[in-house]
Amino acid sequence: MKAQDDATLISARGLVKKYGDFVAVDHIDFEVAAGQAFGFLGPNGAGKSSTMRMIGCVSPPSGGTLRILGLDPVRDGPRIRAQLGVVPQQDTLDLELTVRENLIVYGRYFGLPRSVLRSRADELLDFVQLADRANDKVEPLSGGMKRRLTIARALINEPRLLLLDEPTTGLDPQARHVVWDRLFRLKQQGVTLVLTTHYMDEAEQLCDELVVMDKGRIIARGSPWQLIERYSTRDVVELRFPLGENESVAPRIDGLAERIDVLPDRLLVYTHDGDACLAAVHARGLTPVASLVRRSTLEDVFLRLTGRSLID
Amino acid sequence: MAALTLRIFPYGALGGRRGLVLVERSLMVYRHTWIIIVSGFFEPLFYLLAVGVGIGKLVPSISFHGQVIDYTAFVAPAMLASSAMNGAIYDSTFNVFWKLKYAKIYEGILATPLGPGDVAVGEIVWSLGRGVIYSAAFLVVCAAMGLVHSFAALLALPFAVLEGLAFAACGMAATTFMRSWQDFEWVTLVLLPLFLFSATFYPLSTYPGALAHVVRWTPLYQAVDVQRALLLGGLHPGLLADCGYLAAMGLIGGAVAVRRLARLLLH
Ligand SMILES: Nc1ncnc2c1ncn2[C@@H]1O[C@H](COP(=O)(O)OP(=O)(O)OP(=O)(O)O)[C@@H](O)[C@H]1O
Ligand SMILES: [Mg+2]
Repeated sequence: MKAQDDATLISARGLVKKYGDFVAVDHIDFEVAAGQAFGFLGPNGAGKSSTMRMIGCVSPPSGGTLRILGLDPVRDGPRIRAQLGVVPQQDTLDLELTVRENLIVYGRYFGLPRSVLRSRADELLDFVQLADRANDKVEPLSGGMKRRLTIARALINEPRLLLLDEPTTGLDPQARHVVWDRLFRLKQQGVTLVLTTHYMDEAEQLCDELVVMDKGRIIARGSPWQLIERYSTRDVVELRFPLGENESVAPRIDGLAERIDVLPDRLLVYTHDGDACLAAVHARGLTPVASLVRRSTLEDVFLRLTGRSLID
Repeated sequence: MAALTLRIFPYGALGGRRGLVLVERSLMVYRHTWIIIVSGFFEPLFYLLAVGVGIGKLVPSISFHGQVIDYTAFVAPAMLASSAMNGAIYDSTFNVFWKLKYAKIYEGILATPLGPGDVAVGEIVWSLGRGVIYSAAFLVVCAAMGLVHSFAALLALPFAVLEGLAFAACGMAATTFMRSWQDFEWVTLVLLPLFLFSATFYPLSTYPGALAHVVRWTPLYQAVDVQRALLLGGLHPGLLADCGYLAAMGLIGGAVAVRRLARLLLH
């Protein structure tokens, strides 16, 4: 029993968050095990940030139970937060201070002595490749640099649990890869990661387990490959026909695949063997302008589960 | 009893002492922009020179608690009281609003073990500290100009702490209700008449009866009354009531600020 408790860092049962009458998080259950990278996926407004803020002990749950590191977030907020690192969706860096001062002052909020913080700040600046900007003001930094600084700041107290709300949104590919690499290293050091993301490749690369949220509920859960297996096929064939013909071609492919999605610009054909399927399409005398056989990704799962239209 | 106190003044429950690290933060910030702090000291000094020394040439000496004194000496304690008020207000209003609404600094802080009580304590202590620094500098000027007539002036600085607490706490509480920069016109609208009419430039007896009673109950008047007695002599028991008034402002303002911060930030 004790071992079980030690291994579960977060457990939520019937967790609810309401803003007035509006239910943003609607009775969700999940558990995060120590050392795991756990992801929340979901469209805009799904309730990911609301959940993250409850875990971060800055938003009291409206119902259900939530235990973080075995403690109650309402009663033991400060004790829990002492062991958390938080990267909020929007940066809350201290614009009146320099890059290095941001790290030091944040460590002081945790009650850490300056002597410890000085060396830790330098290590972290190296870790996120900002050492050369240490004495610059924060304001003029690029979005990607600010994000990396926020991540470094979240690590100043050497947290057991790191909460990242869309850590790489708005970053260029280079910056994203730097962040992924750093998160991967943290995971290897044993830090438990909980993150939200809109990037399916990010979820696939980083997460051991994820939940897909929509309208405040969890609609699917599992490891990335389990989700692909359950909600998609092994392969996807993308076919482009001349404009306007996609709709009429679709019925003629029927029977060759598990499922077909008709998009305005192309057809997505879900099948267990993409090459065989493409050959069969040609055999029926259909000649797409362009075709592509690829593996299914989490993106296919995500779109299947949450729909293709904007739900805002 | 303890539970009730905690309900009314929730500093302990929502944090408190640890908030002093926010003072450290302010020191770090002002290391970059110390000039802003220095400039705030000159305002009451300029008034003292313009009104006290300048107009004082036209005003015959006035009598205060039985002693006949110079007009400049009469105005100086009021400027001392104003400098503590202004210093405490600068940081607890405009700066707090910017950090709360735009820079989101407190949101970052609340992700650490600190709570809204810590934020309130830290910001109020820093703001009142600024008032005390101005008071100290101004007191030195007064002493150099021969405007201090009593040894009780040694208590002027400890009193500035109490006065700073009152205005910083109420300033911060008011700021948590502000929606936009326009709302700060109200701060000016309150502070300017306080500065001009709290028996700062002429004795309370100048006002007709009813008006004198109104002025008697305004916050800056309490501070002017005390500082005048400390610098010029004439201590009397009524000063304790003045101090009680300011202490109540500090406690109530602080309690409101903590509650409002929790409401705004922990939703
Ligand atoms: N403080 C608040 N007051 C009222 N409604 C809120 C508040 N915060 C969030 N909401 C609402 O709750 C819902 C969930 O918001 P949340 O920020 O948790 O979504 P999200 O999954 O993080 O979305 P995104 O991907 O856009 O960040 C939204 O409809 C949002 O408008
Ligand atoms: Mg969000």
